[in-house]
Amino acid sequence: MKDRIEGKAYVLGDSIDTDQIIPAAHLVYSMTEPDERRMYGRYACSGVPNDQAGLPEGGKPMTDPEAWTSEYTVVIAGSNFGCGSSREHAPFALQVAGIEAVVATSYARIFYRNAVDGGFVVPFESRERLVEEIRTGDDIIIDVPAGTLTHVASGTTHLLNPLGDVADILRAGNVFEYARQAGFIK
Amino acid sequence: MGQTITQKILARHAGRDRVAPGDNIWVDVDTLMTHDVCGPPTIGIFKREFGEDAKVWDPDKLVILPDHYIFTEDPHARRNIEILRAFAAEHDLKHYFDVGTSRYKGVCHVALAEEGFNRPGTVLFGTDSHSCTSGAFGMFSTGVGNTDAALIMGTGKIWVKVPETMRFVFEGTLPPWLMAKDLILSVIGDIGFEGGTYRALEFDGEAVFDLSMEERMTLTNMAIEAGGKNGIIAADQKTEDYVRARTDMPYELVASDQDARYIFEKVYDVSTMEPVVAKPHRPDNRATVSEVAGTKLDRAYIGSCTGGKYEDFLAAANVLEGERVQVDTFVVPASTEVSKQLREKTLNGKTLWQVFLDAGCKMGHASCGACLGGPVDTFGRTHGTEVVISTTNRNFPGRMGSKQSAVYLASPLTVAASAIHGVITDPRAVLA
Repeated sequence: MKDRIEGKAYVLGDSIDTDQIIPAAHLVYSMTEPDERRMYGRYACSGVPNDQAGLPEGGKPMTDPEAWTSEYTVVIAGSNFGCGSSREHAPFALQVAGIEAVVATSYARIFYRNAVDGGFVVPFESRERLVEEIRTGDDIIIDVPAGTLTHVASGTTHLLNPLGDVADILRAGNVFEYARQAGFIK
Repeated sequence: MGQTITQKILARHAGRDRVAPGDNIWVDVDTLMTHDVCGPPTIGIFKREFGEDAKVWDPDKLVILPDHYIFTEDPHARRNIEILRAFAAEHDLKHYFDVGTSRYKGVCHVALAEEGFNRPGTVLFGTDSHSCTSGAFGMFSTGVGNTDAALIMGTGKIWVKVPETMRFVFEGTLPPWLMAKDLILSVIGDIGFEGGTYRALEFDGEAVFDLSMEERMTLTNMAIEAGGKNGIIAADQKTEDYVRARTDMPYELVASDQDARYIFEKVYDVSTMEPVVAKPHRPDNRATVSEVAGTKLDRAYIGSCTGGKYEDFLAAANVLEGERVQVDTFVVPASTEVSKQLREKTLNGKTLWQVFLDAGCKMGHASCGACLGGPVDTFGRTHGTEVVISTTNRNFPGRMGSKQSAVYLASPLTVAASAIHGVITDPRAVLA
């Protein structure tokens, strides 16, 4: 996990479920073969209804239809992000697209756990709802040790909830490295 | 302070006398289940982390049930079955249920029950969010991703945060027009689709224990639709009878203590409840059927782990017998066992299969089918702006295929009643 995450924001609404993050038809691709793996970046968030994709205007796909990766780095969302299916392909697709962190007011349990245990994206909880404040394309800086998110255009800084116990796993890289360091596995 | 059934089972699997909500513990896993969508990447992570020649921690505890993308020409989906097949051969897995053989079962959550893998007191993890279904058997079961599954595959252990428990008590006698689907959609509507996040949902009360095992599975199946970590129902004589008929493996009856602490409790009188639906596009978007009656439909769908069990079809057949459906109606048995029962069991002298055919239904092969959309050639998948009423468990945008389609979730009785009228119809109108 980096200490500083910066880049453009991609803003979504509430209850973005894993079918929207990566539609089920795309779950057939290999997550390791390079030619197939990159499809997850192309189709990341392709299930979000067009008018909800890239708020406030909508109509902005996370990844351009002809591209393999996204121009955005941080997803800003409302509540219950990642609800629905347990597919690990969801946080993986965000990572392949180039997303490094999600900042939402709350998460569905399995998405959160997958994001952490696989080390795909850092799932931050914001104390305030940022969906109406930040626009898709705005520059964002997350200071991980300080636990803050700065919206560059307005100069405002928002507090993020402490990562708590999962910070150790994120720092280790994934649950395997964490379990090795903790002596649970060899 | 006593403990809930969920706490007790987790404590025993962590080698402790007791655990408290919020504790992070490592537990020993009794059963790991995976399927064709998440199995191949889980195997990939397992080999990456433990080595190409690594051994599964206990091959007898690994159950692989391909079920999602079976009846498709999609080359990637077919390749994924090949990966499972090769892995099963390499590790000599006796619980691999291969596609295209007589061992093929269909939807994992239903097959786990049918094949005796659900046993009271045990701990099961599956690479599917509806793994919470198995909790109907008085066991702890939940869904995980590929990474966690790979860790279990190599070690037999996983970390768990002990959940708080919410208790839902159903009292009274269930009227004939209500099914378990109405009860769970009501719960999800009441607490919201993140109302159970990180929590166990425990179902209790005489109306729950009056339900068959299949109907209990409908309750626990949709715990995840309220964000729940697990759904659970203490085992009783019905559970034991079901389990004993299917396995000789040991099990342990566990129940919540009288003084267990619940973070939330709600009591329902089922005799006063109404048939309900979840309107598009959220499973907590509840309305009574009477509120949405008359809504025009393009399609009906009966199938999935939650709505494609034998009793789901029996309920639907009772409504469809002697009638004709007015919209395309897709019937997809959850498992090959359910499919067999539909061809064997009769209603007024006709097999259930024939009842559906005579009503004009389209009959599919046992699998997850179009519950989750899937490859473009999936039976029953939406491709346009269809308005669908379905016995499945999710109605997020695009869940059944097309982002433009709209899905109402309902009980098999309500779906069947709606199919014969072409509009959403209260089952009381046709059962009277």
